Amino acid sequence: MKELKIFGVVAFFALLLYWGVEPFAHSQMHKHVEGHDFVYDGTADIEEAEAKVAVAKKTGVKVEKAEATVKAKKEFWASVAKISKLKGNAAAGEAGFAMCAGCHMDGAMNMGGVIPPSLEHAGALYDKNYLIALIKNPAMASNVDHKYADTMMHPMGSVSSMFPDDQQIADVVAFLKAKKAGEVTTKEAFTDACSRCHAMRYAKTTQLGDTPKFKHKKDELAHNIKVIEEQDKVKAYMGKLPPDLSMIIRARGHHFMETFVENPQSQLAGTSMPRTGLSHEGYEKVKAYMTEIGDPSKPAREELGPKVLLFFIIFTALAFLWKKAKWKDHH
Amino acid sequence: MANNTEGRRDFMGMALGGFTALGGIGALYAMKRSWDPLPSVKAAGFTTIDVSAAQANVLNVEKWRGKPIFVLKKTADMKADDRDVIVGKDRFHISIGLCTHLGCIPAYIADDKKFKCACHGGEFDTSGHQIFGPPPSPLEIPPFKVDGTKIVLGEAGPEYKKMLDAGLTV
Amino acid sequence: MAHFEKANSINEWMDQRLAVNTLKKVMQTEYWIPKNINFLWAMGMVLAATFGMLLISGIFLLMYYKPDTNLAFDSVNYTIMTEVGYGWLWRHIHGVGASLVFLIIYIHMFTGIYYGSYKKGRELIWLSGMGLFVAFSAEAFSGYMLPWGQMSYWAGMVITNLFSGGSLEAYGLVEWIRGDYVPADAFLTRFFMLHVLLIPLAIIGLIVLHFGTLRIPHVNNQDGEEFDYAEHAELYKSGNVRDAKVIPFSPVFLSKDVFVMGVYFILFFYLVFYKFEFAMDPVNFDPANGLKTPAHIYPEWYFLWSYEILRPFSKDIGLIAFAIAQVIFFALPFLDRSPNVAPASRRGLFKYWFWAMLIDVIVLTFMGKLPPTDALFANIGLVSALAFFALWIALPIITKSEKKL
Repeated sequence: MKELKIFGVVAFFALLLYWGVEPFAHSQMHKHVEGHDFVYDGTADIEEAEAKVAVAKKTGVKVEKAEATVKAKKEFWASVAKISKLKGNAAAGEAGFAMCAGCHMDGAMNMGGVIPPSLEHAGALYDKNYLIALIKNPAMASNVDHKYADTMMHPMGSVSSMFPDDQQIADVVAFLKAKKAGEVTTKEAFTDACSRCHAMRYAKTTQLGDTPKFKHKKDELAHNIKVIEEQDKVKAYMGKLPPDLSMIIRARGHHFMETFVENPQSQLAGTSMPRTGLSHEGYEKVKAYMTEIGDPSKPAREELGPKVLLFFIIFTALAFLWKKAKWKDHH
Repeated sequence: MANNTEGRRDFMGMALGGFTALGGIGALYAMKRSWDPLPSVKAAGFTTIDVSAAQANVLNVEKWRGKPIFVLKKTADMKADDRDVIVGKDRFHISIGLCTHLGCIPAYIADDKKFKCACHGGEFDTSGHQIFGPPPSPLEIPPFKVDGTKIVLGEAGPEYKKMLDAGLTV
Repeated sequence: MAHFEKANSINEWMDQRLAVNTLKKVMQTEYWIPKNINFLWAMGMVLAATFGMLLISGIFLLMYYKPDTNLAFDSVNYTIMTEVGYGWLWRHIHGVGASLVFLIIYIHMFTGIYYGSYKKGRELIWLSGMGLFVAFSAEAFSGYMLPWGQMSYWAGMVITNLFSGGSLEAYGLVEWIRGDYVPADAFLTRFFMLHVLLIPLAIIGLIVLHFGTLRIPHVNNQDGEEFDYAEHAELYKSGNVRDAKVIPFSPVFLSKDVFVMGVYFILFFYLVFYKFEFAMDPVNFDPANGLKTPAHIYPEWYFLWSYEILRPFSKDIGLIAFAIAQVIFFALPFLDRSPNVAPASRRGLFKYWFWAMLIDVIVLTFMGKLPPTDALFANIGLVSALAFFALWIALPIITKSEKKL
């Protein structure tokens, strides 16, 4: 039928337009980044370091340094793999954990730029290999070693000296996995993994935690000043204030967030955001919370959508029958 | 219309119209919900007051749903009243601080142990009863619930319900 | 005072005072539309329905939106999206509607171009329609400012910068337009005024004009055929609906309109609920930050073709090309020198002109989104922009030599 042909032509050009403006343009503007499914074995880190060697060789600048970095990373992750094979003793690890609790405690103060995050759910949220790597060398583990030149040390840099023996590291991680791996809510996951650097005003949280309700304006203003002071410290440590994450799940989309949280360098090369070391389950919880806050109408949308579409399908069918009735004998 | 023989009803048209009206009702429902008070507004409709530090014969003015609330801890010599809110061993007078004449906020005169409204001279006693001037009724008691040493305004607890049923709240 | 008899029914009472029966005949039951049309003729009503959706969803957004640079972003993304009952639905309808209205406008425009519905008495229909296109463009641009996201701010910055006139360096004019040195509070509130009051009033006025200009020439048909409306109206009214070349607007044409609208609303709501990213660009979910430019700044898709005409040329030439591109479509009835009112397929070289123009603006749209740093895309953009002007220059020439049908 002629009209169907015309409709086909119109639909073709409309879909072509959509393709060019959306999928095609996005593929040209953002190169696709493959994630590693929250496996922390240094693959991504070593690939990045080797890419830097290739660039250095082209320009002839700092080639030796780049090659040394590749070597250091390979050695580091190999040692992490070695520790991972040891059988950790959770009971022995409890003593080791007492040393961690010195900084990672309730009501902790800002230390070297950030308030140390709670480890209450660390066993549930973070990957085992990452935890091992973090204790051994936090800057390397979180892939921000480029930030720490020979003079500046990671705030957690002295930790490895507290655990000189590989077995001690295995024990502490075993302890975390056994005793600090209880049920975690989505909010707890986000708070532990992200909140020390990122505020979330739609959830009424700042780097200092939940914002309380104040009866008197004076108390409210005093709290605001404390928040600003903490943010200044984080800003100085990071180079700029980490963004508020209220709308981040819609502002960046799922694929970006997943690959970014797994390895910030993969999406924003040179960033000072450290890897969080979240495991797959840990990330799903964080993502769920970000969606709760940034896209809370999602369940309502998914519930109402099919109903509205069904309504219009029936409407169209009835309209077609009405049209047929009105146009009877006209052709 | 030339295509219908006169008198034959447009059943399809009516079916379509009726079905569309259903959709219209749905749309109107969504519009009504958009007009509803927001959750943050409704949440602000509850205020918790801690009276453990209250001093006798010293008026505290709190805020609830945008209105001033009188919280007065009674002294031993102030008459007990069925409208009193009892917290532990103390008796409190709690009311919406708006004169029942025309809505001004009466001042509390501690020496005379009474409320006096500047607008037209109305007076209330320490249980909120109107004792002089134009006010036609006592100060209104807001819905409240006693929770330990705290009072939650906006929630109708059993003590409030008893007063309401006895006609004592207004 | 005119003489009034006692009425015998409500209908008669209303007819005595408002001539409702005459109105009904003129606007509906005896408003004759050619029978020889296809679903593309329903696009006008689809546009009216979409404008209605935008108006209604806009009303509910307006109840909660705060036109203040400190409050705007959160009033939309927190209050409306999370607190207001069905607020998210109005916002999605409004965003998707704003994009779809342009898709339908372009389909409607190119239908008119294809069938020659802009000449021989229909020039004012075309001109008032182009006026509506300009009004909708201004409405879309002003509306996009309101959420005060990163794209709102930077699109506002870039487009108002155009008014510096290149080498004219009219920075004072730019500041006057903004009401400030950069897009700030004054800029936001004045575009709020335009978006909510002034431009909608202009649109409603132009729609009334557009309908008015349609009435005497009558709507075109698939063959551009001229026939005696009075003769065929009589034929229809006598009961010979098969041979009559006309149909009454109501209920016959309307019934097909409603069906087409049903199909349209299935697409519309599919996009509202499931695929809205093209209409609600993620970049605008970052609050506006005057100290940080996004990696890629681009207008909404419906402005990309003319944005791309601006880009390939040097500053002044680009601005002149851009200005011409905005108004050249107005000149269509006067640049087309052929008297033929017929579908493009029967108009010789004009057939190729039509498809070339359609493909050219699509290519321009693609290139307008892509970063100009890529040499291949920049070159394609330049060629397409030049082709655009070449086509317009060619139009009077090829139509002058068109064989009279």
